Amino acid sequence: MPLEPGTRLNGGQALMQSLEMEGVEVIFGYPGGAILPVYDPLIDSQIRHVLVRHEQGAGHAAEGYAHATGKPGVCMVTSGPAATNVVTPLADAYLDSVPMVCITGQVAMAAIGTDAFQECDTTGITRSVTKHNMLVTDAADIPQAIKEAFHIATTGRPGPVLVDIPKNIVDANNPDAYFDWSYPETVDLPGYKPAPGPDPAAIAEAVAMMRAAERPVLYVGGGVLKARGAEALRRLAEIGNIPVVTTLMARGAFPDSHELCLGMPGMHGNYTAVTAMQQSDLLIAMGSRFDDRVTGKVGAFAPDAKIVHVDIDPAEHGKVRRPDVSVVGDCRLAMEAMLAELESAGGSSAFASHSAWRQQLSGWQEKYPLTYEQSAPGEYVKPQYVLERLRDLSPSDTIVASGVGQHQMWTSQYWQFDHPYTWINSGGLGTMGFSIPAAIGAKAGMPDRMVWAVDGDGCFQMTAQELITATVERIPIKVALLNNAYLGMVRQWQELFYEERYSEVYLSHDMPNYVQWAQSMGCEAFRVEEPEEVDATIAKANEINDRPVVVEFRCISSEKVYPMVPAGGSNDDILVDPSQR
Amino acid sequence: MSVTPLPVPDAEPARADRKQTIVVLVENRFGLLARVADLFARRGYNIVSLAVAPTDDEAFSRITIVVDVEPNLLEQVVQQLFKLIHVVEIAVLERDEAVEREVLLATVEAPRDIRGQIVELVDIFEGKIVAVTSGELTVSLAGTPTKIDDFEKLLGDYTIVELQRSGRIALPKIGRDVRRLRAE
Repeated sequence: MPLEPGTRLNGGQALMQSLEMEGVEVIFGYPGGAILPVYDPLIDSQIRHVLVRHEQGAGHAAEGYAHATGKPGVCMVTSGPAATNVVTPLADAYLDSVPMVCITGQVAMAAIGTDAFQECDTTGITRSVTKHNMLVTDAADIPQAIKEAFHIATTGRPGPVLVDIPKNIVDANNPDAYFDWSYPETVDLPGYKPAPGPDPAAIAEAVAMMRAAERPVLYVGGGVLKARGAEALRRLAEIGNIPVVTTLMARGAFPDSHELCLGMPGMHGNYTAVTAMQQSDLLIAMGSRFDDRVTGKVGAFAPDAKIVHVDIDPAEHGKVRRPDVSVVGDCRLAMEAMLAELESAGGSSAFASHSAWRQQLSGWQEKYPLTYEQSAPGEYVKPQYVLERLRDLSPSDTIVASGVGQHQMWTSQYWQFDHPYTWINSGGLGTMGFSIPAAIGAKAGMPDRMVWAVDGDGCFQMTAQELITATVERIPIKVALLNNAYLGMVRQWQELFYEERYSEVYLSHDMPNYVQWAQSMGCEAFRVEEPEEVDATIAKANEINDRPVVVEFRCISSEKVYPMVPAGGSNDDILVDPSQR
Repeated sequence: MSVTPLPVPDAEPARADRKQTIVVLVENRFGLLARVADLFARRGYNIVSLAVAPTDDEAFSRITIVVDVEPNLLEQVVQQLFKLIHVVEIAVLERDEAVEREVLLATVEAPRDIRGQIVELVDIFEGKIVAVTSGELTVSLAGTPTKIDDFEKLLGDYTIVELQRSGRIALPKIGRDVRRLRAE
C-alpha cells in the first residue's frame, strides 16, 4: 500500500519506498559498508532480494531479468570495489540497450574526495558506460532521483542508469537524513528527448521504396524487441512478402520457423542471410545499428542496397552507413505507421513481385544449409548436436541464455527461436561469463519458464559461483556446459589466422572436475561423453525443477563455427562449412 | 524534434581550417562539463577552447566549444552530445553565422623606454591598460577572435610575462537560420 505523503522517512527508507513505487519486484545485490543503511529497511520491504556471490553477477542477473521480462532490472551494491565490479555489466547493458537501474553506495558526503575506505569516483568511472548516472547529495532528492532513473532507463533507447547514494543521506542515525515523504508524479528533464514519433513524410518515403524494391530484406535488430514490435514486424514482413534476417540481438523477434525468416546474418550468420543482404536492393534496417560483426568490411557491405533506417536513437542514423530514408522513432510505432500506409495503398498488391528473389533465396538455403559432421564412433560429442537435441527436447518457449564464444554462435545458429524474449546474450560487449547470472535473472523474472544457460568451459569458470546463488535462492536454472577444453573461439582464430600456433587457449577437459564442482554448489550434475547419452541426460535434466542442474557435455576441441566471414573481410568472402566448398 | 541532414561518411574532409564552433545549452548540473568534455576526449578530438557560464536563467548554462574535427565526424559528436540527458540545445555555427567574442589578458614587460610603444599598440586596438607597475603592464582586449589573434601576434614583439585568452563565446547572428538540435 502506498505510504501516506508527509510520513517522516530517512533516506534509506525512502529509497526502498521509491523502488516499491516503481514496481520493483526483485533486487539483485550484495551488501557492504556504504550501502548498509539501505539493507536495513530492505528487511521490511516487499521487494525480493537475491544475494549474488559477486557484484558482476548482480549486474548480469539484472540484465537477464530485463531481457526476459521487458521490465527494468535492478541491482544494488556498495561503494568502491563493488561499484567497479558492476562496471562490466553496466557496459554490457549500455551496448545492448538493456534497461537497468544500478544503485551504488558511496562514502559519506564529508568523506568524498578524501581517499576514504572503499571510496572510488563511481559516477566518473561509469560515465561512459551508462545512459545516465547521478550522485544524490540530499536525502530529500532520493525519490526524484529514482523516478528519473527509471524514466531514463526505460524510455527512448533503453539503457543502464546508475544512482550513487552517499551513506550519510540514508543513515537512520543522521537527523539530516529525514524528510517528509512524497513521490513525484512526473520528471522535470528539459534536455531529455526520449521518443520522437516517426515523421509521416519519412514513413511515406520509406513505404514507397519498400513497394518498389525487387530484392528487399528486413534487417532486424534488438530495437524491435525493445519496442515490443514482434507482432508488427510479422505483419509488415507478411504484407510485403519481405524476407527477414534477425541479428544476434534480435533472435526471436521473428519466428525462425516462418517461411520468410532467413535467420542470423553477420560474421557467423548463415550463407543465405549474409548473401541476401549483400545482394539486396533495399535494406530496411529496423532497430539495428550496422554493427561491424554484421557488415563485415563496411565499404563492401550490401553495395547495391538503398537503406531505410528506422531507429529511435538519432545518433545511429548515418553513424556507419548513410541511409536513403531515415525514420527516427520507436520501431513498433514506425512499423504500425508503415502498415497503415500500406493498407491504404492496397496491401500486398502494392508491392513489386518478390517471387524471383524468394526463389533465389530458397536456392541458397537448399545449397548452403547450416551443416556439421556427426562425431565418429568413440569421439566426444559435437556441440551442434547437443544444441539440436536440447532444442528439440525442451519446450519451444524455453529461455536460452548464453555466454560468449563458439557456443554462443552455435546456440544462435541451431536453436529455433519462435518466440520473442527467449534469447538472452551479450551481443555488443561480448562478456564471457554472462550466461549463468543472466539465466538466474531471467528465471527470477519468469519462474514458470524453463531456462537453459548454454555455457562454454572458459565462461563457466568466470561466473560459476553464481550457481550457489541459484541453489540457495531456489532459482532452478539449467546449464549446458559445452566443455571443449579450450577457449574455443580464440582457438579457432589461432587455427585459421595464426598458423595453428595455439597461444594460451588450452583449459583441459577435466581440470576442474565440473561435475564435482557443480555438486559442491548444490546442483544436480551429469557428464555426457558420447552422443548416445545426450537425449537421456537432457530428458533427466528437464525433469528436475527443485534445484539447478549442470550437464557437462564433453565436446570435440577442434570443431569450428561456420560459416565465417574473416574479421575485416567482405561478406562476399564468406567461408562456408568445408563440406560445402 | 528536428532531424538534421546526415553526414556523408566518405565526404572529402576539408583540410584547411576544421575549427568548428558548437554552442551547447545545458541544464546547470554538477558534472555536466565533465560529461561534455568526455565525449570529445574518448574519440580523441582536441578541444581548442571551451567557455562556460550560466545564462540569464541560472538553471541553464551555455557552453561554447571550439573543436578541431573533420565535419563528417563532427556530426557524430554532435549527435552523441545531444544524447546527454541534460543537454537542451545544440547549435553548430558556421563562421558567418556567429557573433563571436573573446577576451585577452596579458602582462608584458614594459620598461620606460618602450612603454609608450605598448600603450600605443593597446590604443590602436582599443584595448585597456588594467594594471601598471614600474616595469610591467597588464593589458586587456575584448573583440573578435581574429582581432585578438592580430593583437596577440603584435604583442609578441615584446616580452610577455603571462598571457591568457578566455576562449571564444558565441551566439548565432540575429535572423540567421542556424542548424539547431533542440529537445521539444
